[in-house]
Amino acid sequence: MEPVLETKNFAEAEINRKLKPAEKINLLREMFRIRRFEQAALKHYQAGTHMGGFLHLYIGQESVATGTVSLCGENDHVITAYRDHGHALAVGMSMNECMAELFGKATGCSKGKGGSMHFFAPDKNYWGGHGIVAGQTPLGLGLAFALKYKGRKGCCLCFLGDGAVNQGVYHESLNLAALWNLPVIYVIENNGYSMGTSLERSSAFKNCLAARAEGYNIEWDQVNGEDIYEVRAKTWKAMQRAHDESRPTVLEIDTYRYYGHSVADANAKKYRDPEEIEKYKKFHDPLQLWQKRLTEEGVINEEQIAALDAEAKAEADAAVKFAEESPLPEKADIFSDVYYEVDRQTPAGRTGKHFFND
Amino acid sequence: MPQITYRKALNDALAEELTRDENVVIIGEEVAQYNGAYKVTEGLWKRFGDKRVVDAPISEAGFIGLGVGASMLGIRPVMELMFWSFAFVAYDQIVNNAGCVRYMSGGLINCPIVIRGPANGGTNVGATHSHTPESILANNPGVKVVCPATAYDAKGLMKSAIRDNDPVFVMENTLLYGETWEVPDEEYLIPLGVADVKREGADVSLIAHGRAVLTSLKAAEILANEHGISAEVVDLRSIRPLDEETILQSVRKTHRAVLVDENKPFCAVSAQIASLIQEKAFDDLDAPVLRVCSLDAPAIYSPPLEKTQLPTPERVVEKVLSIR
Repeated sequence: MEPVLETKNFAEAEINRKLKPAEKINLLREMFRIRRFEQAALKHYQAGTHMGGFLHLYIGQESVATGTVSLCGENDHVITAYRDHGHALAVGMSMNECMAELFGKATGCSKGKGGSMHFFAPDKNYWGGHGIVAGQTPLGLGLAFALKYKGRKGCCLCFLGDGAVNQGVYHESLNLAALWNLPVIYVIENNGYSMGTSLERSSAFKNCLAARAEGYNIEWDQVNGEDIYEVRAKTWKAMQRAHDESRPTVLEIDTYRYYGHSVADANAKKYRDPEEIEKYKKFHDPLQLWQKRLTEEGVINEEQIAALDAEAKAEADAAVKFAEESPLPEKADIFSDVYYEVDRQTPAGRTGKHFFND
Repeated sequence: MPQITYRKALNDALAEELTRDENVVIIGEEVAQYNGAYKVTEGLWKRFGDKRVVDAPISEAGFIGLGVGASMLGIRPVMELMFWSFAFVAYDQIVNNAGCVRYMSGGLINCPIVIRGPANGGTNVGATHSHTPESILANNPGVKVVCPATAYDAKGLMKSAIRDNDPVFVMENTLLYGETWEVPDEEYLIPLGVADVKREGADVSLIAHGRAVLTSLKAAEILANEHGISAEVVDLRSIRPLDEETILQSVRKTHRAVLVDENKPFCAVSAQIASLIQEKAFDDLDAPVLRVCSLDAPAIYSPPLEKTQLPTPERVVEKVLSIR
């Protein structure tokens, strides 16, 4: 199997030509951080002592979150589904708060109340982290609505998986996005499998999933997710459309996950040919490809690459230590963050009974 | 004091809050150019324009979810459901997203959304359009639910709901939209979580919410005139937060309680109230706590029969007489 040949050199796109060497290296740093964070998380999840629930790993898809989020400005917002660690780190959340959340600790980004699928950082324009497939698609629309309502020139990048495109609410969101001219970009991260069901067995489509946007009169494009330059070039075009014309876009970014749907996916190695996974790791790994690219461009050398990787690993190890040493939430914390008014003990929060255990 | 309809009271509340806060926006099916399926938003589009009063396509999951997302970024959407029965197609957005986003984000995000619309049976539109989901929704910590029974309460509660920083679901009643009550011209608010004693009495407490309050008032009149029984009528007004004290005070005074509820009985709001009373006023009771709920079947269409499926004053009177 040969690597996919590029048909167009997206490095020449204006948004990529403007990238300084340090910024290019930073993209690699972010991808290393995501991968090392998740490898550390996986190790501790499998140890079975600290983490519960699900762990949906993003490993293999790092170029998508890294490339798209690198384009975001002050009024650009991000929301995604449950495979949310990559986007969280890409928007600038710290490994410590993310790892502590996985460990269910009070120092976690959601104080141990959300878990793996529910990371949030509204101060970084990051609105989660949502557990129900496609449930976030109208929320992203609402963020775009709010931006337009307030007269801010920005957009919402709303990520979803290829398994989400068959949910009704996604189609309702597309209709509203086009009808009301909202600056939202639906980014379908197509990793080929909705849980254990392949794309071919779950979705009816003509050319690609994004092409369904035609029916809603929405611009769309298909993107090779292993090439950061292409991800950035095509996403930027969509963002400009959102910023300048307040029009939505659907992007389908082809990518691949190396692990199962979640780590609890018992059939992770059954519904895919192991050779398929190996092929992706060998020829399509976004980290390897970006390293190769930057090396060819003379932007980075092997030593520097190794150092970036080591830094990311050390940061992840330190995050594990931070999480291990952090306190658990108190039992009383179960009742905070339910109601705004109660938390702040406003007159409304002090009136009437809000909780009913006794 | 002027007499206005329940519908006009809601309309006035919306207009006042649209005027007061530029982040308030009304979104729903037929709310703008059509003037509202039940005319609650009549005239608002003409007065406030396209930006503030927005017609949505028939797409509840989509536009309710949009409202939730917009509220996370500081908009204060007032979403109309033409019927609360339609909430079920938007249930994920209402319960998972509006109801849980604050908690799951460790308090980083709040969701100041209002979802409003009628939630009642009794209009011969069949089971799918006749749900009373206040019990189901109030079951979810993170949300608030109010059920105004009069025009005065509807206006005051709606204004508080819009100013509240948590998701508030206002459940109205199509059978009440055209009824009139005294409503002052001056601005007022009714806090969520405060019940109202609509009629003072000494012998039995009739505890109800929404239109069942009016059923209870009629029953109280019959009990007084025909049976010499003095019934007190407690209107919950707000289901969550709940004013437990007013309920308990009334029961401690009358020693008998009949709960009147247009919910179906299983896990109804009245089931929660019954649990409360037995737990906290057991020694004050001289009789078992009884309930008058809707008859436990999907809402029947047949107009004369549907009237009897909902609680009637006669059924309330009968229940009270059984524990006299």
